Amino acid sequence: MTETAEILFTDEQAQLMDIAESFSASKSPVDAVRRQIEAEGAIEADIWQEMAALGWLGIAIPEEYGGSGLGLGEVVAIVEPMGRNLLSSPLAATTLAARAILQGGDDGQKSHWLPQLAGGTVAALALTEAHGDWDLTNLTCTAAASRDALTLSGGKTFVTDAAMAEVFLVSVALDGAPALLLVEAASLPAGALRREIVIDETRRSYSLNLDGIEVPKANLLPVDGAAACLKSLHLTACLFYAAEMCGGMAGVINVTLEYLLTRRQFDHFIGAYQALKHPMVDALVGMEQARSHLYHAATVFDGPDGAAAEIAVRMAKAQAADAFAFASDRAIQFHGAFGFTYDCDAQLYRRRALWCEQQHGDGAHHRKHLAGLLLD
Amino acid sequence: MSASQQELDEFRTEVSAWFSENKPADPGFLLPQSFMEVGTDQQFEFLRDWQRKVYDAGYLGMAWPAEYGGGGREQAFQDIATAEMVRQRVPFMTNTIGLSWAGPLILNMGTEAQKEAYIKRILSAEDIWCQGFSEPDNGSDLGNAQLRAVREGNEFVLNGSKIWTSLGAYADFIILLARTDTQTNTKYEGLSYFLAPMKITGVDPAPIKKLTGEHGFTQTFFNDARISDSCQIGEEGGGWQVAMKTLTFERAVSGGQAGGVHSMSVSANEVVEMARRAMRDGRPAIEDPIIRDQLVSFLMEERGLALNNKRAEIPGLIAERPASIAMARKLTNSEWRRRLNQFAVTLQGANASRYVGDGDAIDGGRWQRGYFNAFSGTVGGGTSQIQKNIVGERVLGLPKSE
Ligand SMILES: Cc1cc2nc3c(=O)[nH]c(=O)nc-3n(C[C@H](O)[C@H](O)[C@H](O)COP(=O)(O)OP(=O)(O)OC[C@H]3O[C@@H](n4cnc5c(N)ncnc54)[C@H](O)[C@@H]3O)c2cc1C
Repeated sequence: MTETAEILFTDEQAQLMDIAESFSASKSPVDAVRRQIEAEGAIEADIWQEMAALGWLGIAIPEEYGGSGLGLGEVVAIVEPMGRNLLSSPLAATTLAARAILQGGDDGQKSHWLPQLAGGTVAALALTEAHGDWDLTNLTCTAAASRDALTLSGGKTFVTDAAMAEVFLVSVALDGAPALLLVEAASLPAGALRREIVIDETRRSYSLNLDGIEVPKANLLPVDGAAACLKSLHLTACLFYAAEMCGGMAGVINVTLEYLLTRRQFDHFIGAYQALKHPMVDALVGMEQARSHLYHAATVFDGPDGAAAEIAVRMAKAQAADAFAFASDRAIQFHGAFGFTYDCDAQLYRRRALWCEQQHGDGAHHRKHLAGLLLD
Repeated sequence: MSASQQELDEFRTEVSAWFSENKPADPGFLLPQSFMEVGTDQQFEFLRDWQRKVYDAGYLGMAWPAEYGGGGREQAFQDIATAEMVRQRVPFMTNTIGLSWAGPLILNMGTEAQKEAYIKRILSAEDIWCQGFSEPDNGSDLGNAQLRAVREGNEFVLNGSKIWTSLGAYADFIILLARTDTQTNTKYEGLSYFLAPMKITGVDPAPIKKLTGEHGFTQTFFNDARISDSCQIGEEGGGWQVAMKTLTFERAVSGGQAGGVHSMSVSANEVVEMARRAMRDGRPAIEDPIIRDQLVSFLMEERGLALNNKRAEIPGLIAERPASIAMARKLTNSEWRRRLNQFAVTLQGANASRYVGDGDAIDGGRWQRGYFNAFSGTVGGGTSQIQKNIVGERVLGLPKSE
């Protein structure tokens, strides 16, 4: 067995997790999740305001910029319970945008944006493009520089919660190299955002047309740090998705167990049949390993060893993706024809699992990169 | 007062030095891969002497009470010593059944006399222990055990047979589940549990050849074997509870074991190294994308299982199902080991067909033998299927299977 087995979990994390669990359970019972899907709108503003008031948007933002100066491990501890309750919010995107500004922005950008993001301003990420490549440096969107502005062209996809966002973190190619810039919602022409129909209906996803949009040069993050920043965004997104998926797995396992303990066939609760019981144990075992990888990744993520962090987070994403896929797939099957219905909650989790797997790399993709890190 | 980090670090240095100085040289004959495969006198004596040496040096039973021969120290010291044994790949402690399940059981519920009689001799390997649970007709259905123990005065007379008795050919004592009453309402109530001597008239272990071609376990026949009633542990008729307690130690659901390694360790990195040497289509196998994917999966799983052990110690991260990781540990680890060995065999290409004894077998045929022997983990101690029933029922709360 490997010796790189370190997990730290602070009292702070434990408290945040407890609060986030009761918050998510009360704000996001499954009927509220379904109402939200039908409403097609943004997350209810008062839920977002409460998250801001709880300080969750500034967790990983330093105190000097209005945050609480904790780390990503604390964010993970609240994202997991949200995932369990299928609560969908711009929290992860806003946290990621803040991290990018913190890591790759200049002083002016930091002092302008970070306090706002800590206080409840919604940020959206515009990183993915129509080609669907998980490599965030594969950029077809461009920025052309004139004297004090940049003119953009191209389009972005899977920009979640874009309608709520006041600022977008956008990746483009500038002189053939990756660059990140901040586009304010106010500068978007009408019709730049178009709602996408996506597999996870709890997500409000948009495409963003950048053609002709002008951005002041002051909104460009210093270009020499952009590639590193993109990589960090990608890996941090993987960490949050792993957390969301671990939560989702716990949720779907419980939904399935409840059915296995109430539905009877052939005079027995169906949960007594090993053909169902044993795969449920496989799902549990998959979840336990995913959570162990997750909290290890959260422990080492911002540590001194960058390669170790990358290995840990890719393992966490890969394990969570495969285990959540299994647990939610079996959830449909084990509900019989009811599992085939829109009314059965299994589909909510299966759709969630597919989204989370498909954003920022599936299991095979991360294992391929892990192979490079571990075998060569 | 718990030991300081400095004390632990110093201890690690000390124990590390001791093992690198005292680790036995390759004996020149094939060693078994776990205590379930000790098949020759040569193997047995080598391993018994090694355990004795480790105990005398103070690195076994470190957390067991000093008055019975243990070290009386904190568990943390034993954990360090054990980790060092794994790291330095030293031979395993052969008296596993004594060290890891009979010993903790006796310490947990034995009489004072039993503790005094047995604990120290378990540690020193003066007494080797075996386990008499399974019978020819009653394996997974342990509660149906039929070996008879009939009271005559202050003795019990034993008749019947146990099977798959690991170390049966060498053992001095046996933890024995026997039926003292055939008239009970349920099969479980008629069972009693004994710490019985093996080297007495009427107890005859007959070796059985296992799938690798070596000897390992025995069928153990009892013909009017007489034991004192002081051999009993727990209540007469309460044997099932004692057996269940034993299994929590055996499956590492409960702590309290003496420590030490109990099988030849395997790591996914060894298989990675093999993939550098094996060939596919004229290139090292490690360049094959599918093999790379499989190797990474094994590395991930290995790390996930190690991380599970860490997380299992953090209450805030196991709140919903505190026993989940521990209850599934035997299942997850034994199945991983079986699959890893199997993969290591197929990785060898055409050479996978060679076996132990062939001069050209890769790593001496260790992986082929390891794959076969890995079933000892997925069958012995309760099969993987039975473990899934247990986890499904006790961790997930599902109804009992029919
Ligand atoms: C190497 C080795 C060492 C051993 N050492 C010892 C020892 O020292 N002492 C000792 O007492 N025993 C020992 N055993 C025996 C071991 O505990 C039993 O083999 C085990 O409990 C299974 O019993 P069985 O072999 O009779 O298989 P069976 O119970 O007959 O099972 C046959 C198959 O049916 C499956 N099965 C049975 N019941 C169920 C069920 N309810 N649900 C689903 N599937 C089921 C099993 O998983 C298995 O695949 C050892 C076994 C091995 C392989």
